[in-house]
Amino acid sequence: MEEPNAETAARKVRMGRLAKAPEGRVAALLDACLDRPGFDWLRAPEIGSVMVRGRAGGTGQPFNLGEVTVTRCALRLASGEVGHAYLKGRRKADAEAAALVDALMQTDAAARLQSGVLEVLEDEARTARASRAARAATTKVDFFTMVRGED
Amino acid sequence: MQAHTLEGGFAAPPREAAQAFRSLMEAMARPGTIHALAGASPPAPLSPAAGAVLLTLVDGTTPVHLAGAADCAEVRQWLAFHTGAPVVGPAEAAFALGTWEALAPLDRFALGTPEYPDRSATLIVELPHLAAEGAVLSGPGIETTAALSLPETRAFSENRRHYPLGRDFLFTCGARLAALPRSTEVR
Amino acid sequence: MYVAVKGGERAIDNAHDWLAEERRGDPSVAELSVAQIREQLALAVNRVMAEGSLQDADLAALAIKQARGDLIEAIFLIRAYRTTLPRFGATEAVDTGAMACDRRISATFKDLPGGQVLGPTFDYTHRLIDFALAAEGTPPEQPGPEAPEGAEQPMPRVMEFLNREGLIETPEPGEETPRDVTREPLELPADRALRLQVLSRADEGFLLSLAYSTQRGYARNHPFVGELRIGTVPLEMEVPELGFSVEIGEIALTECETVNQFTGSKSEPPQFTRGYGLVFGQSERKAISMALVDRALRWEELGEDDQGAPAQDTEFVLYHADNIQATGFLEHIKLPHYVDFQSELELVRKLRRESATRPAREAEECA
Repeated sequence: MEEPNAETAARKVRMGRLAKAPEGRVAALLDACLDRPGFDWLRAPEIGSVMVRGRAGGTGQPFNLGEVTVTRCALRLASGEVGHAYLKGRRKADAEAAALVDALMQTDAAARLQSGVLEVLEDEARTARASRAARAATTKVDFFTMVRGED
Repeated sequence: MQAHTLEGGFAAPPREAAQAFRSLMEAMARPGTIHALAGASPPAPLSPAAGAVLLTLVDGTTPVHLAGAADCAEVRQWLAFHTGAPVVGPAEAAFALGTWEALAPLDRFALGTPEYPDRSATLIVELPHLAAEGAVLSGPGIETTAALSLPETRAFSENRRHYPLGRDFLFTCGARLAALPRSTEVR
Repeated sequence: MYVAVKGGERAIDNAHDWLAEERRGDPSVAELSVAQIREQLALAVNRVMAEGSLQDADLAALAIKQARGDLIEAIFLIRAYRTTLPRFGATEAVDTGAMACDRRISATFKDLPGGQVLGPTFDYTHRLIDFALAAEGTPPEQPGPEAPEGAEQPMPRVMEFLNREGLIETPEPGEETPRDVTREPLELPADRALRLQVLSRADEGFLLSLAYSTQRGYARNHPFVGELRIGTVPLEMEVPELGFSVEIGEIALTECETVNQFTGSKSEPPQFTRGYGLVFGQSERKAISMALVDRALRWEELGEDDQGAPAQDTEFVLYHADNIQATGFLEHIKLPHYVDFQSELELVRKLRRESATRPAREAEECA
């Protein structure tokens, strides 16, 4: 809203990366980087649901597919920066760690967390994606046309 | 976003929302009775009671209309963070909030339909003064009669004529609340 | 008329205790963990999530454990839990065209770009019981197959290729907020968005039977699987307090698009038409069934004839597709109905008395 676009874009990318990390991973990387600072909850971690939407025919009118559980929280560091987290699943500890990283990325610790948390998560996600895709690719088939049926 | 619009929610949401809901139920069930409703610290010009009503009853699926001075950036941000409710025009609103003057005319708000009388608007009216005196109330939930300092009487007797359709009213003043459901007769 | 009954608390408590014991089974057999159910009975977990209409694998696995493997009971538990959750909002519509596919096949387009990817499928198994699995050992670690170069290539929608000549109907894009059957009562007429929501959370067996009936000739509409894909898509939602949208995670989905022959009608030119299925998790039988039933229900908007087939009857399909509604109504009849039954008895006795005293008149009426 009030933030300039580049900052918003960066925050959007990092919140997504933090949300998609496997359980416990953000906390482990964060704690390896630095000691957690004190903070106040603006919204203690809470569990709710979000309605997932699809589109008719894949590209048409939106429809409600079903819900997912989501955990969210918001916190403020003693120095004033506010961190938010929204992530799929019932994962309060993960939400806390993600919101902390989001807040700390607005402080001097940003560079350390960028390399120690966010880039690591990005690498791990890329590797996981590639190995899954490679596994799928081994099941790729070519069907040879033997006889074309008359219909 | 201003950090202070991220504050002022319930400190212990499940318990406080349940207590506030109980107060709202009592107020609705016994029209004219006045109940304490604290725990919220919304930005000005909202009263703590109006803030608690919003925190308790409103979420992303209940469109809210902010009338008059209540429609300001700070209230909108506070509402967005704490409830996620969309802010809309009067016709689509499930809840509307403002002073009596700002909410008028009332026919802008949904009355419900014969199939779904519940699809009507609930108006949260901020009053400068709230006391058990003035207009005479009778009907369900009132043994004989009750009194409440309503801003006027005509609008409410007009509302009563649509029953079972009609709007419901919550009156807030400081950290206090009273209610006037559509079933109450006002003289 | 119903009568309220009281009592039976001790019997109920004892029944619950016994239920807990039976759930555990023979204590000399190791207890199942929720993680074991989640990982090793993943398709049961997927079904509970799809029909419970709530994606949360741990919760679904726990519900299966609690329900002793009764999936409808587990779905019931999930639906009940779901109602306790505050709704934070809705995601943007998922882009299934950008799905990271584990499986992607087409029965109509052999040489599709991106290739036919079988994924972990039962399709070409011989359906022979594998007694090796009964040995309960860890299978020997297989060396991973060689990963081909450029495995991560995009897999565009098959329909887009088939549609180069414009011979397939194209869905109208839109941004309307869809109706939500979890928030308002199901009212007819139901637009396609509402129908798709109901079908996606519908009972798999019910949909399968309806879909099969269309194949056998009830509302025959010649379906082919244009594309079936299973994989993950990111979920993105607008966060009101931030004013922009963020990704909140990834979700596994099964999508099926059918292509149907269509000779045209008063309102539509001859073209191929489409049916659509989208289901949580790996659930392809359900997704294909959904696409067939979706297509059958579209007869009116496509200007086709109502053949009076069950799968064309929107009211019949939508009002009977939900297994929790169905089981709730069905199973309540076993609960105490004492007074009903007393009054029924009275009625039967009265009718008998009347028929006994007026045999002549009865005979007349029959004739």
